[in-house]
Amino acid sequence: MKKASIIMIIGPLFLLGLFSFPLWNIMLGAPQYPDPLGMNIHIDGLRDMNEFDLQNIDGLNHYIGMRTLPKAEDMWEFSIFPLVISGMVALGVLIGLLGFFGKVSYTWFIGWFIVMSILGILGIYDFNAWMVDYGTNLDPNAIMKLTNLDGTPMTYSPPLFGKADMLNFQVTSLPSTGAWLMFVGMMLTVVAFFLGRKNSKSAAIKEFTKLATS
Amino acid sequence: MKKYSFYVLMLLGFSVLISSCGNQGDAKSSSSGALSSSAAEKAYVAPGEHDEFYAFMSGGYSGNITVYGLPSGRMFKEIPVFSQFPTSGYGYSEETKPMLNTSFGFVPWDDSHHPDISQTNGELDGRWIFINGNNTPRIARISLETFETEEIIELPNSAGNHSSSFITENSEYVVAGTRFSVPIPQKDMPINEYKGNFKGSLSFISVAPDNGRLNLEFQLIMPGFNYDLSHPGRGKSHGWFFFTTYNTEEANSLMEVNSSQNDKDFIAAINWKKVEEYVKNGGGTIMPAEYAHNVYDEHTHSATSTIKKEVLTVNPLDVPGAVFFLPTPKSPHGCDVDPSGQYIIGNGKLSADLTVHSFDKMIAAIEGKRFDGEAYGIPILKFDDVLAGVVKSGGLGPLHTEFDGKGNAYTTFFISSEVVKWKLGTWEVLDRQPTFYSVGHLMIPGGNSAKPFGKYVVAMNKITKDRYLPTGPEMEHSAQIYDISGDKMELIYDFPTHGEPHYAAGIPAELLAPKSKKIYRLDENKHPYAVLTPNDAKVTREGNEVHVYMSTIRSHFTPDNIEGVKVGDKVYFHITNHEQDFDVPHGFAMIGQNTSELLVMPGQTKTSLWEPKKPGVWPFYCTDFCSALHQEMQGYVRVSPADSNVPLTYTLGE
Repeated sequence: MKKASIIMIIGPLFLLGLFSFPLWNIMLGAPQYPDPLGMNIHIDGLRDMNEFDLQNIDGLNHYIGMRTLPKAEDMWEFSIFPLVISGMVALGVLIGLLGFFGKVSYTWFIGWFIVMSILGILGIYDFNAWMVDYGTNLDPNAIMKLTNLDGTPMTYSPPLFGKADMLNFQVTSLPSTGAWLMFVGMMLTVVAFFLGRKNSKSAAIKEFTKLATS
Repeated sequence: MKKYSFYVLMLLGFSVLISSCGNQGDAKSSSSGALSSSAAEKAYVAPGEHDEFYAFMSGGYSGNITVYGLPSGRMFKEIPVFSQFPTSGYGYSEETKPMLNTSFGFVPWDDSHHPDISQTNGELDGRWIFINGNNTPRIARISLETFETEEIIELPNSAGNHSSSFITENSEYVVAGTRFSVPIPQKDMPINEYKGNFKGSLSFISVAPDNGRLNLEFQLIMPGFNYDLSHPGRGKSHGWFFFTTYNTEEANSLMEVNSSQNDKDFIAAINWKKVEEYVKNGGGTIMPAEYAHNVYDEHTHSATSTIKKEVLTVNPLDVPGAVFFLPTPKSPHGCDVDPSGQYIIGNGKLSADLTVHSFDKMIAAIEGKRFDGEAYGIPILKFDDVLAGVVKSGGLGPLHTEFDGKGNAYTTFFISSEVVKWKLGTWEVLDRQPTFYSVGHLMIPGGNSAKPFGKYVVAMNKITKDRYLPTGPEMEHSAQIYDISGDKMELIYDFPTHGEPHYAAGIPAELLAPKSKKIYRLDENKHPYAVLTPNDAKVTREGNEVHVYMSTIRSHFTPDNIEGVKVGDKVYFHITNHEQDFDVPHGFAMIGQNTSELLVMPGQTKTSLWEPKKPGVWPFYCTDFCSALHQEMQGYVRVSPADSNVPLTYTLGE
């Protein structure tokens, strides 16, 4: 249980990576942009991949009537997400410590993982909703108003995961370093759970054999 | 018959296969002919691929520098230096007009000859490139981050600034010698009193190590010969500078005959470290002069011109042991120093042979005081005492020599129209290749430094004739690229060049490409008339001067409607490009403008002066196809009669 608890303490700490590394990355490449424009989505705001990328993405987006990209203060998510992550890291470490001193059982480990997974899915849902809104709610006076083959207005929501062609741009949207660190951290808590369960089973068996032989 | 030719073709194809196999790794392959496919491959840089080297070619009478890639011969850019350039507005915009200011007023043109790249420890460092203006003596410094001219300094007491602009081993000095001797100081006197009265100046211009700023430190006032070309010593001869001379006869008329009478002219060897020390200890004479010093600031995007009033001159006789003459046959032209600094090559343009002097022998002769008389008090060394060897080339009219860093030298022969490869030390001729036609300079990247990159040599020719499709009597010059990586030179490509390239300077692409600037930062723009946000755009009037503070971004001007301008006003359009994206310039052109358009790079501010002459509503537009909405990037200025009282207003989107 000690080893499992140490892993449970380390796992949530990986989430601290989200404070320095981006969660998600969206790249926009086009014939005119051999060096693609890139946007890094951090838990506390959007940042340039290379300097001036956000400004240049906004410059291009104005043709199709997109709103300018949100600043950190424009979206509640960018102030709440850091609090949620900090809270979950603190909670995870606390559970690990309590496990180490035998105050809680390994089931708390998987409990943390489940809560974190639900929060993660909510976050991705929210993120996707924002992208859909951003790509569909366009300025009716946009310079270029394009329609799909079936006559419906063309929309420009970037994919949540993977590649998509939008006009002359190929958009690639993938989880970035912060997300991978979070994934590793969360997996460690699952490892901690199974290790904790295995240890407690073998401890129970030992206890049982001791009782049986005495 | 058909069958027969098929067999011939097959045989031909087979022989090509055999010969190309046999030639693998063999540099002796034939240099011409349709069957030599390897030449095409060597010069071919596939679409989207980059060249190995940058080549900076002087523009000669275009006054500029053109930038090419090697080995492809593709032209990348023309850098305006001494000439007005309507493409960008250089020399037309208010900011750049001062760059072309001189003591003679605004001179919109020059004849640019010899580019040279800055060096550290004798090796190319790629910070700046320098070039001389030959006609109205000037030296320019060009940034190799922005590829724009940053500074031009005029040279007093000089005329035909030809033995310029060459850089010492650590870029301590750019050195510039006069081709024409003149009265110093200038005065009204009979021309036929030239002999003994005219003088030649050799200028030493320091280069500030941090920002490259130029300062004319001192001028050596030499006898009235023609100082033709020069090169610095390097390695062991660092601290010396060598100048070829002609017209040591001091003729002043029908020069082609009268200045070709002496069997030998001189190479002047200058110990500039000695002169520098003399000057540092308070030596020299300050003399009144008038010359312009023009500096362009990358942050204000503006140039200023200052007229300087004096120059420090040095009489060589006042610095014993600093100046010597090395007799060199037949009006030598090019003066080249090998990478080790040991050999000084005089290319005697009216002879068949090359004269090579030895630096060690020269020092020994000086120490032994073995002089063969003097000229105007300057000791002449004995020819045989300093001679290292003679290259018996079999060619005619040697002009210039470059080096490959592998112990070989390459010399151009103007009259016999060829490049000759020879070996340093043994003076043996190893190879020769024709050029097309009448080659002047040649260039190996780094080929005049301590560390040449001896892969290609470019021959720059004076005569084109039939090399390309005819374009009437006037045509571009022609250059050839030879692969010199093997034992024999191989002609791999032939391409036209712009203006008249004299000399050129080449440098490996990896030394420049990574630091080439993509944009100017708007947040570093210190132009006094810049607008940093569109909200700051405005129009103001001071008397009859109207200042339009205008911003551009894809794809509109802010403001784009201006009223209240009157006939007789001077309207200054200060255009700031708000893009911060690579390769998104905006242009500005106004109907009836008496200057050129402006091409404004991202983050930059440029100003165009317009003096409206007729009432009406006059359009302006963006000249650079900046986006799909480029054709919409336009605006109007309403011009009212001089006595009208239409208020000054400016709008966007109303």
